[in-house]
Amino acid sequence: MVKISAIRWLALGAVLALGAPAVHAQQAPIKIGELNSYARQAAFTVPYRNGWQLALDEINAKGGVLGRKIEIVSREDGATTGDATRVADELVTREGAILLFGSFLSNVGVAMADYANQKKIVYIAAEPLTDAITMAQGNRYTFRIRPNNTMQVGMLVDQAKASGAKRWAIVAPNYEYGQSAAQAFKRLIQERVPGAQIVVEQYPALGKIEAGATVSAIEQAKPDGIFNVLFGPDLTQFVREGNTRGLFEGATVLSLLTGEPEWLLPLKDEVPEGWTVTGYPWDQITEPKHKAFVDAYRAKYNDTPRLGSLLGYMVVYMIRDAVERAGSTDTEAIIKALEDAKFDTVIGPVTMRGIDNQSSMGAWVGKLVLKGAAGGMADWAYKDGTSFMPTEAEVKAVRKD
Amino acid sequence: MLALDPSFLAVQALSGLSSASSLFIAACGLTIVFGVTRIVNFAHGSLYMIGAYTAATLIPRLLDLSFGPMTFWAGILASALIVGLIGVIIEVLLLRRIYGAPELFQLLATFGVVLVVQDLVVQVFGPEDILGPRAPGLRAPVEILGRRFPSYELVLIAAGPVVLGLVWLLLRRTRFGVLVRAATQDRDMVASLGVNQAMLFTGTLFLGAFLAGLGGALQIPRVSAHTGMDLSIIAEAFVVTVVGGMGSVPGAFLAALIIGQLQAFGILIVPKSTLVVVFLLMAVVLAIRPYGFFGRAEVVGGSHAVGIASRKPLPGRFAMLLAVVAGLACLPLVADAYLLKVATEILIFALFAFSLQLLIGVGGVVSFGHAAFFGLGAYGAALAVKWFGLSMEAALPAGLALAALGAGLIGAFVVRLSGIYLAMMTLAAAQILFAVAFQWVEVTGGDNGIVGVWPAGWAGGPVPYYLLTAALTVVAVLLLRRIIDAPFGYALRAARDSEARAEAIGLTIRRHRWLAFMIAGAAAGLAGGLYAFSRGSVDPSLLGISTSVDALTMLLLGGIQTVMGPLAGAAVLHALRDWVMPLTSLWRLMLGLSIIAMVLIFPRGLVGTVRDWWEARE
Amino acid sequence: MTLLSVSGLQKSFGGVVAARDVEFTVARGEMLAVIGPNGAGKSTVFNMVGGQLRPDRGRVLLDGHDITHASPQKRFRRGVGRTFQVAQTFLSMSAAENIQMALISCRRQSGGLWSPARERHREKAVQLLARVGMAEAADVPCSALAYGDVKRVELAIALAGEPKLLLMDEPTAGMAPRERTELMDLTASIADTQGIGVLFTEHDMDVVFGHAARVLVLLRGRIIAAGAPDEIRRNEEVKRAYLGDEHALERPKGARPA
Ligand SMILES: Nc1ncnc2c1ncn2[C@@H]1O[C@H](COP(=O)(O)OP(=O)(O)O)[C@@H](O)[C@H]1O
Ligand SMILES: [Mg+2]
Repeated sequence: MVKISAIRWLALGAVLALGAPAVHAQQAPIKIGELNSYARQAAFTVPYRNGWQLALDEINAKGGVLGRKIEIVSREDGATTGDATRVADELVTREGAILLFGSFLSNVGVAMADYANQKKIVYIAAEPLTDAITMAQGNRYTFRIRPNNTMQVGMLVDQAKASGAKRWAIVAPNYEYGQSAAQAFKRLIQERVPGAQIVVEQYPALGKIEAGATVSAIEQAKPDGIFNVLFGPDLTQFVREGNTRGLFEGATVLSLLTGEPEWLLPLKDEVPEGWTVTGYPWDQITEPKHKAFVDAYRAKYNDTPRLGSLLGYMVVYMIRDAVERAGSTDTEAIIKALEDAKFDTVIGPVTMRGIDNQSSMGAWVGKLVLKGAAGGMADWAYKDGTSFMPTEAEVKAVRKD
Repeated sequence: MLALDPSFLAVQALSGLSSASSLFIAACGLTIVFGVTRIVNFAHGSLYMIGAYTAATLIPRLLDLSFGPMTFWAGILASALIVGLIGVIIEVLLLRRIYGAPELFQLLATFGVVLVVQDLVVQVFGPEDILGPRAPGLRAPVEILGRRFPSYELVLIAAGPVVLGLVWLLLRRTRFGVLVRAATQDRDMVASLGVNQAMLFTGTLFLGAFLAGLGGALQIPRVSAHTGMDLSIIAEAFVVTVVGGMGSVPGAFLAALIIGQLQAFGILIVPKSTLVVVFLLMAVVLAIRPYGFFGRAEVVGGSHAVGIASRKPLPGRFAMLLAVVAGLACLPLVADAYLLKVATEILIFALFAFSLQLLIGVGGVVSFGHAAFFGLGAYGAALAVKWFGLSMEAALPAGLALAALGAGLIGAFVVRLSGIYLAMMTLAAAQILFAVAFQWVEVTGGDNGIVGVWPAGWAGGPVPYYLLTAALTVVAVLLLRRIIDAPFGYALRAARDSEARAEAIGLTIRRHRWLAFMIAGAAAGLAGGLYAFSRGSVDPSLLGISTSVDALTMLLLGGIQTVMGPLAGAAVLHALRDWVMPLTSLWRLMLGLSIIAMVLIFPRGLVGTVRDWWEARE
Repeated sequence: MTLLSVSGLQKSFGGVVAARDVEFTVARGEMLAVIGPNGAGKSTVFNMVGGQLRPDRGRVLLDGHDITHASPQKRFRRGVGRTFQVAQTFLSMSAAENIQMALISCRRQSGGLWSPARERHREKAVQLLARVGMAEAADVPCSALAYGDVKRVELAIALAGEPKLLLMDEPTAGMAPRERTELMDLTASIADTQGIGVLFTEHDMDVVFGHAARVLVLLRGRIIAAGAPDEIRRNEEVKRAYLGDEHALERPKGARPA
């Protein structure tokens, strides 16, 4: 554990002597470390921060957990693997965080999983989607809430069967998330749609797409189905260029995450109608618990929730539940409390599967439509993650623990 | 199969032309500004970004008032004008004060502006990408050989030559243009003509910024304004200017044309190495024509290099050294795990900065891509672990060797160059490596990097790894120190002080500099390897521009004219970063302002200032 | 015996012909002055002999070896030492270290990575400085020296290479008249005792006519006269050439480096 030097003892002594009454009045809060790409991926992470802040305030208003308040120490992870592990180290060794959560980019998530394993600290990946985090690079310290690539792609591929498209194009950002999603798609489409083939693959660098060239390269292969993994500025450019050149006309388009408000809103009225997407139609979900969350969020931030908001909110509640059930802040106890645990969340029950630490949270699958001046989802359904998770055999085959 | 389809080739070529046009408009201002002021303005990319943000915010409001093509184009022009004014502000507040400063300071100061603008843009325009409106009247595509092609792209294709023509007219037909051309040819001549230089330079900056803003604003129908625009365009604009010949507008046009086509067709042949292709072009062109297509050799008036000078050895320096070593060795007794981690990183960066000092402070070789060697060391070590299963003990030397090798290769190219071309070429070399690390996913893991690079068991804990780092760093620094004082270090300084004199006494400057690159590269590589094991992972950002700038900032902060300055600079910068960064989301703004302040107010750095004060007292 | 032989040397910069068909020889121990108004091409000729410029045409022979295309470094090894019109020294080093650097390079030790440079050849360096009257200033940073002293240090650097041929481009610019004569006296005695051929340019006519064995007059890149000082003084063409630019002959031109 942390070695405390003589000087620190002195300093500590001084602080205790001066502030003794205040310190004793209440137990020190439980510190939880959080890190994310607030600067580079603000579109997703800022609403996400709002989400966890909302949950945190609610929990602390009700007295916290184990009789202690929760404090979330949040840091910028720089959107790079190196910065993330460095910040993580600070959170653990200096701040004394009992567990870590957060990170946006999948590659950062993988690095964090590796870090968690090395330093034996629980890490809950909220957003990163790559399968690796719970599969090949998975370990007993790393947990994930969001449905991973295989699950979300699986939901989309089911929709693809009906369309009859056989000649598929893949366009994905060239980093962990994009590669992993493309891998999953290739595997699943060939398993589930007989005769399907991949006719062209384009992997523009993240944030650096040459949309014109990419679109015409895809066009050249004359696909009748397109699987898109782009998001953010890359997606916007791709959609514009594709719309102009008629790339999407007559083609079935499956697109990961595009229905999430964070990526849908910037498209404004240029939403590519008819795309089959995973997303988050927050305004159409009628469950009372979810409605309460939406109302609280809107009241507090005067803004509509994004998927990130929901996720941030859910993660903090799940952490609270886990710590409560563990009855302590000990890492092993928390792991025990997380594995195979059921959580009652604002979107319904979610289970954390023990063999790969992947939660059964699902996704909303539907079609993009234009509603007034902005896009939304129609014909959607919530697909619970359980039936899309990798099988036990698949998990056992790749995991090293 | 591809080659047989003419309509496809035509559309691809048109795409290339429109990128070329965009690139030319963005780069043209950069080259004009360089021609007159001799400053390579890093902030040009920031101006471009501001142009895009301004247009994407402004034009929708204007279109709400009155929808139509006129409004759209007026909005584009207005955005460019606003950016032009911002350029004037930058000139008056900053550039004006550094025209006479060494290149290194100019580059750093304008990079400081880049950092400031990055944070300001988020503050002013918000964190989300802003999608601009499409140009009214140009939404529908046109049919070309049976394929649809965006009509706005056609407008862009035309815009490049139009801007070229207007700039040509401006330069040929106006008094301002005559002066700009005269200044580009021969700065002293303009000074002797009794021209109001301040006005000329301000005017030039307005023109340059206007063009940058125009370039950015013209992009909004095809690209949403986002925060990464500045660095991605500046890297390409540098390539265009350097390949075309710095200061040459037609050269920039030609270079942009070539790069546009290279990108459009490169994506078909090597879809994953578009970034490499561009920088390779630059490397090839500079290898054949060291001053680009239409550039001329810089007439260097007087020595621009600043660096360390001989001083009497301090009395009691052995005692001081012992004290430092003892202090480092005893740190684990008083520091907690996190402090040790910070100390480990400080030591690593100190070595990194110190290795750069050998090139810049000693050799006067302004390397702007020192991250290349740091990154090579880190990647060398990580690849050795990942692909060959080597232990840390073997992986560290492997990283060092890879860095030395890379430095040998890069050095062989760049020692032929000097001044700003050398700085740009080293930057390009680092960018090539960055692109390789970024796009060669199978080997390097691309953006994911490589994880699981942890130290051997015995060095696993914070204390042993700190001690290992301290020992290696101290040994490496002492060795470098020895080299600086040895004839080799003196020969480097000789070549820095006066190339003509050095040659006239038989010193083979290029060979010495080449060796200096390898030594500095090896030392930076060692630092990189240590860094990889300290973090447990590597990623392409280790090779990025900001890593190079970090090293330069440490040098500047500590004092370029002092041998030990970089060590102090590394300590202060890293400690500050560690302390301040978690507290604020405006770290880049603060860092940028500090860099600018250092260049303007206290260019001697911490150690230099303290030393001068000490000597003045005696 | 002929030490340096230059023939048919030509160089132009764009449209300006800076040297045209230049031809002369220097013997061992001989002092040859090149004079001419500013812009006549003197420095250009020096630079072609020293290796700083590549001639467009012509040949440069040193001791019978063709060095026309040799690098400055090669020429140094063959025995060419020089000073520059604008003194070129290592301003970040002390006077002694400047000389030591030259001695180190001369002995091919500049790749040494271990033992400190400041201790190498120190005595020899101080001796050389003493020869140009700068022994006292051995430990003064070169950047702190007066310009005249810098020129002296530069001469000592050139002598450190034990040259056979010494090129001195305006060696006394920036010095007081008495200093000039002293320095050239010294140069003459060195040339004489060691058999070094000296090629120098000079604006001070007293210095030229007092020290040169022969004088070469350059005008717009062309040699218009060559011969003993007395002949040159009487030469009508030379007088005419100088009429328009009388002052250039008197006023030392070299500016201090910035
Ligand atoms: N590097 C150069 N580029 C262009 N012109 C030059 C260069 N060096 C010298 N010149 C020109 O060549 C001519 C001779 O110059 P120089 O040899 O310096 O004359 P001097 O030393 O006799 O004063 C001058 O007209 C000068 O302008
Ligand atoms: Mg001259």
